Amino acid sequence: MIATLRNRLPAWIFLFGLLAIWETVVRSGWVASYLLPAPSDIYTTTRELWPEIWNATLSTLSSIVWGLAASFSLGVTLAIGFFAVPILRRAILPFCVFFQTVPIIAIAPLLVIWFGFGETTVRASAFIVSLFPILANTLTGLEETDPLLREMFALHRPTRWRMITKLQIPSAIPYILTGLRISVGLATIGAIVGEFIAGGGLGSLIDSARTQQRVDLVFSGVVASSVLALLLVLTIDLVSGLLLRRRPYTRSA
Amino acid sequence: MSFAVPPRQCVSLLGPSGCGKTTLLRLLMGIERPTEGRLSIDPQLAGHLSYVFQEPRLVPWRTSLENVRLPLELAGAAVNGTKNEIEVLLTSLGLGERMSNFPRELSGGMQMRVSLARALITKPKVLLLDEPFAALDERTRFRLQDLLLDLRARLDLQYVFVTHSISEAVYLGDRVLLMDRTGQIDTDQTIDFAARDQSLKLTPAFNERVSAFARRFTELEAS
Repeated sequence: MIATLRNRLPAWIFLFGLLAIWETVVRSGWVASYLLPAPSDIYTTTRELWPEIWNATLSTLSSIVWGLAASFSLGVTLAIGFFAVPILRRAILPFCVFFQTVPIIAIAPLLVIWFGFGETTVRASAFIVSLFPILANTLTGLEETDPLLREMFALHRPTRWRMITKLQIPSAIPYILTGLRISVGLATIGAIVGEFIAGGGLGSLIDSARTQQRVDLVFSGVVASSVLALLLVLTIDLVSGLLLRRRPYTRSA
Repeated sequence: MSFAVPPRQCVSLLGPSGCGKTTLLRLLMGIERPTEGRLSIDPQLAGHLSYVFQEPRLVPWRTSLENVRLPLELAGAAVNGTKNEIEVLLTSLGLGERMSNFPRELSGGMQMRVSLARALITKPKVLLLDEPFAALDERTRFRLQDLLLDLRARLDLQYVFVTHSISEAVYLGDRVLLMDRTGQIDTDQTIDFAARDQSLKLTPAFNERVSAFARRFTELEAS
């Protein structure tokens, strides 16, 4: 605990130093406050408008969770399907890669046409950007099983499906968790981009604050979305840690 | 090459590195296929062989008990009623207190015991062991040698034991086969000691056999 604090100390000093300089620069009038509000102003705005910010955060959180849940279930299922049926993989995986390269901001208007304004579009947007990392990581995990263990399993002449459920899927668990960790950050981006266009949540809050020239509120929204993404990553780390401590899903003993 | 092993006889297989001892066992288990020639196994034995690798090769996310259960699960057998049987087996291998530990929580010797239990759970007629104790320290190695002799007596087990250690081969085998570099059997001798325990290794009779094999082994390595 003390060691962790000591390790983190430089980062905290740097953060507070930066905030102090920022505050000074704005207060002394070197930078106009309508371009860059002082940290204390952002804090005041956040406190005043807390109910709105809180509700927007919850709404964004809900879209992220929905999108992530969908990409997790579909990503893992697809990866297992691709692994079990190689021809499926050769047929479909290239399009998944293509899907991955199309920028979400370019697809978002299309999502509005399909799903209308509102949550469905936002969830779909969070889903699209977070699918690929989970799919790709799971597939890697399924493929990179320990060859020595594979040989040992093969001695017992298991069916292909038993080999997958008892060797390949458990071996892939650390990779799936890594994929989830990458995807949660992307899902946050996807949700906010979706909200810019389809409305609702922090994306909408930031966007309308911009049109009202409320730079302080824009910052509140930005900080809220960063903190949200950070907390989500920490949650996944915590859950992964607990899971792997209970059962060591590692490549080698 | 061909050699017949009468029922109940346990064979040690010795030979210089690269002579094909391991390959022979792997062929018997079907891990590798012959590139030429033919491999034939007594149909009565097919499916009743078990293999112990050089390393324990345990599944890291499975406890001792679950590792031993694995062959049954992979064969599609009903595993519900097997817990008791596995516990008895693990206890007889000195792992009574370690059944719910993961491999990383066990010493090398204990991991090898779990590996032995995994090979025994399918009730094989013949156990094929590929230098299973080579990586263990001497004391653990001696203890496991005696455990194997004990299992043999209790389970009426027959084994083929591949090793680099001449004294281990003489200690564990009713018969020692020495292979030459071409994979042919060079020496085939029956070993008949009345009783085997570690003190046997101190007797002149034992050491005579070991030195005789050692001399021939050195000649084969030089050739």
